[in-house]
Amino acid sequence: MIRFILLQNRQGKTRLAKYYVPLEDSEKHKVEYEVHRLVVNRDPKFTNFVEFRTHKVIYRRYAGLFFSMCVDITDNELAYLECIHLFVEILDHFFSNVCELDLVFNFHKVYLILDEFILAGELQETSKKAIIERMGELEKQE
Amino acid sequence: MNPFSSGTRLRDMIRAIRACKTAAEERAVVRKECASIRAAISENDQDYSHRNLAKLMFIHMLGYPTHFGQMECLKLIASSGFPEKRIGYLGLMLLLDERQEVLMLVTNSLKQDLNHSNQYIVGLALCALGNICSAEMARDLTPEVERLLQTRDPNIKKKAALCSIRIIRKVPDLAENFMGPASSLLKEKHHGVLIAGVQLCIDLCKASTNALEYLRKNCTEGLVRILRDVSNSPYAPEYDIAGITDPFLHIRVLRLMRMLGQGDADSSEYMNDILAQVATKTESNKNAGNAILYECVETIMGIEATSGLRVLAINILGRFLSNRDNNIRYVALNMLMKAVTVDSQAVQRHRTTILECVKDSDASIRKRALELVFLLVNDTNVKSLTKELIDYLEASDQEFKGDLTAKICSIVEKFSQEKLWYIDQMFKVLSLAGNYVKDDEWHALIVMISNAPDLQGYSVRSLYKAFQTSNEQESLVRVTVWCIGEYGEMLVNNVGVLEMEEPITVTESDAVDVVEVALKCHSSDITTRAMSLVALLKLSSRFPPTSERIREIVMHHKGNVELELQQRSIEFNSIIQRHQNIKSSLVERMPVLDESAYIGKRAGSSQATLSADKSSQPTSSGASSLKLPNGVTKPPASPLVDLLDLSSDDAPVSTSSTTEFLHDLLGGDLISPAPSGGGGTDILMDLLSIGSPSASTDIPVPNTISSKQGNAREPKIAPAPVMDLLDGLPSRNENPVYPSIMAFESSTLKITFSFTKQPGNPQVTVIQATFTNLSSSAYTDFIFQAAVPKFIQLQLDPASSSTLPAGGSGTITQMLTVTNSQHGQLCLASKSTLGP
Repeated sequence: MIRFILLQNRQGKTRLAKYYVPLEDSEKHKVEYEVHRLVVNRDPKFTNFVEFRTHKVIYRRYAGLFFSMCVDITDNELAYLECIHLFVEILDHFFSNVCELDLVFNFHKVYLILDEFILAGELQETSKKAIIERMGELEKQE
Repeated sequence: MNPFSSGTRLRDMIRAIRACKTAAEERAVVRKECASIRAAISENDQDYSHRNLAKLMFIHMLGYPTHFGQMECLKLIASSGFPEKRIGYLGLMLLLDERQEVLMLVTNSLKQDLNHSNQYIVGLALCALGNICSAEMARDLTPEVERLLQTRDPNIKKKAALCSIRIIRKVPDLAENFMGPASSLLKEKHHGVLIAGVQLCIDLCKASTNALEYLRKNCTEGLVRILRDVSNSPYAPEYDIAGITDPFLHIRVLRLMRMLGQGDADSSEYMNDILAQVATKTESNKNAGNAILYECVETIMGIEATSGLRVLAINILGRFLSNRDNNIRYVALNMLMKAVTVDSQAVQRHRTTILECVKDSDASIRKRALELVFLLVNDTNVKSLTKELIDYLEASDQEFKGDLTAKICSIVEKFSQEKLWYIDQMFKVLSLAGNYVKDDEWHALIVMISNAPDLQGYSVRSLYKAFQTSNEQESLVRVTVWCIGEYGEMLVNNVGVLEMEEPITVTESDAVDVVEVALKCHSSDITTRAMSLVALLKLSSRFPPTSERIREIVMHHKGNVELELQQRSIEFNSIIQRHQNIKSSLVERMPVLDESAYIGKRAGSSQATLSADKSSQPTSSGASSLKLPNGVTKPPASPLVDLLDLSSDDAPVSTSSTTEFLHDLLGGDLISPAPSGGGGTDILMDLLSIGSPSASTDIPVPNTISSKQGNAREPKIAPAPVMDLLDGLPSRNENPVYPSIMAFESSTLKITFSFTKQPGNPQVTVIQATFTNLSSSAYTDFIFQAAVPKFIQLQLDPASSSTLPAGGSGTITQMLTVTNSQHGQLCLASKSTLGP
């Protein structure tokens, strides 16, 4: 199960934070700070998995953004790496060559995409096409 | 319109915030916006509530408190339009979590929305429910969710399935409600629904064993079919990732299969074929393929797979190990650690690759590889593995050295079968990484050396040589200094040279030089210097000509700021100067350190037992029967061997029957030929005839370290060493006071045993043996040994002296502690031998 997903830039600013477990606001800030510290200093030669408290964090860096997912210790790390990549591809497709600014100004849309992709900490849909189509339908409703 | 309401659009606010140069500016902007939003909320301004909430969410993401917006979310959710509901639910998920009571108020709106005609609104509600519902909400809304599981719209269906997962996690009792719907989900075609369905099944299995049984019975077939279809499916652009169709579905299905097949042979057998197919067919050049293979291997190791399948799995892991991608190697090492418990043989084959990983540049891979190597060490490969590890020790970097040293030391201790090898390896480790060796380990080394009399000369010479090259390693210096102090004369006189040693000549002053260097070196710490001072004192007694020089060196520290050193220096100086007569006895060779006691203290378990390996017919008799050979024999060549000597592979006691020898009562690997077959002068007749050939085969795990291992690994091997009461002598049952007996009497020797039992510990008897020499010549190097049957444990304390003056003018006393594990049933029978 995914416990939380974080999108952070190199300075530590959180661009997206989705929690699937209950945490107080102050705890959330602490977690974001710790994860950022863990992830930002790692050498690119090292593995993409770090142990974090009693779970593990799978992270990947795309340009200036770190995409981190905290999962249970027993989960398949390689699968979540693919998961992160699929999410980035969807964002890229939706925003046409996404950059960090797109994510800042359209954060509510990013959350919407995420909610179509992952629900209750588990994968919801694996087809990029299906998610984009769905987003189109939702936009029409507005 | 309210004059205070903010007209700024979301974009503009974001731009304004980003344009702020300092934190104070940003705070000001945010404060202004919050104020206008607050005003709008209190005025109940409907026009901009949508925009306001979006702004609030952004402000929340920046880290500012936004609690006043929570009610606004609820209001928006309750409104009728889709956009308002959407932003309302979004705000709800972002600003609240399940622990807030405000959440309860949403339950009604959620219920209405779940029944809405607009499927997008239903989707919104399910999403919110799935992400943050609390246990009460879950209970309230379960019927709605169950109903929605049956709809035909795949979007709703999959959301409902995932929502059910959350419900089950929050309220495990409801799991059984979802069993039926879950299994029917597996018959769907839509991948999203399938994946959601499989995940629901996984959580059902975790939540309830009934559900597990149900699913196992009904769904195994379906699962295998799903996997087969998706694995064999042709190119499907929608789900294709790196040439594989929907790897996520593969992985989820494999996971569910693992849960269903665990512990159940039938379903495992059913899954065999498809697992083999997936394992062999999947390409492993891309991450997606490797992810599937990884899950496949985990599943194979988790279910009751055939051995062929298991070997296949471990081979895949072996391939992973040689992959250049760090992620893959990390994952493989992790899995191999779990696999070692299941099938150690197969993992052994990949030992070389794993050893390579120990030298990798990534720290977490190195750590994992080292742990795995540690698990793989066994008696056959320990020598080559240790050699590799020690070679690497030289090249490894600082942070890793500590770990590596600790692991090498424990491997060497656990598996060493010969003292010589153990000592050699430890010397190498000390020279390469002495600074990282823990105190425990070099203490154990010293104990070991003191227990290995014929290796002492070799040890001290090797240490001397090592010191010349690596004297910055603290522990090496300490061990060297101690050994030179103790065995200095062996060093100088080349005592006990082993065949492979190169001869060196060391003079007395060279030896003193070494200790002096250790003392004066700047990097030596207090312990080392203190040890050096003691060593110098010992040397001054062993090498009298150097006494004056040593005294001067010692005097140097008379004014040292460290109290310990100062005290030692002054005391030793006075000993050297004025108390020559007692000096030599003060610094006599240290008594052999009781190895098993040391190990026992270390391992926290009690002493290794002394019980001999072969049981014999217990002779019951009224009194302890001691059969002593007639006459005494030649003096033993070697000094007193610790009767508890566990490491007895040094030349177990000359096996020739003509020379008398000292027997290790433990008789671990005593290979001495049947003494009974030997000459008549052979005295040592271990009652348990450890010497007989058949006995040696009987000996369990002959090496000493077995008992250490026993302590460390299988506590059941070393039986509780303790305290049984020596029953032995039926005639003495009732009396708390036991009269002493005359154990042996001849014209030349008299032995008396006096018994005491400790109160409350009836199985232990303490015997004090008193020896009196009735002959006219003194016995020197007098040693007493005793052997007892298997159910008795004997501990012999050192004798009060080894010289027995003639004519009964003096006596030697020795304490024996005997524990009878079968108190009350069998009596003591013992045999004793004397080697004068």
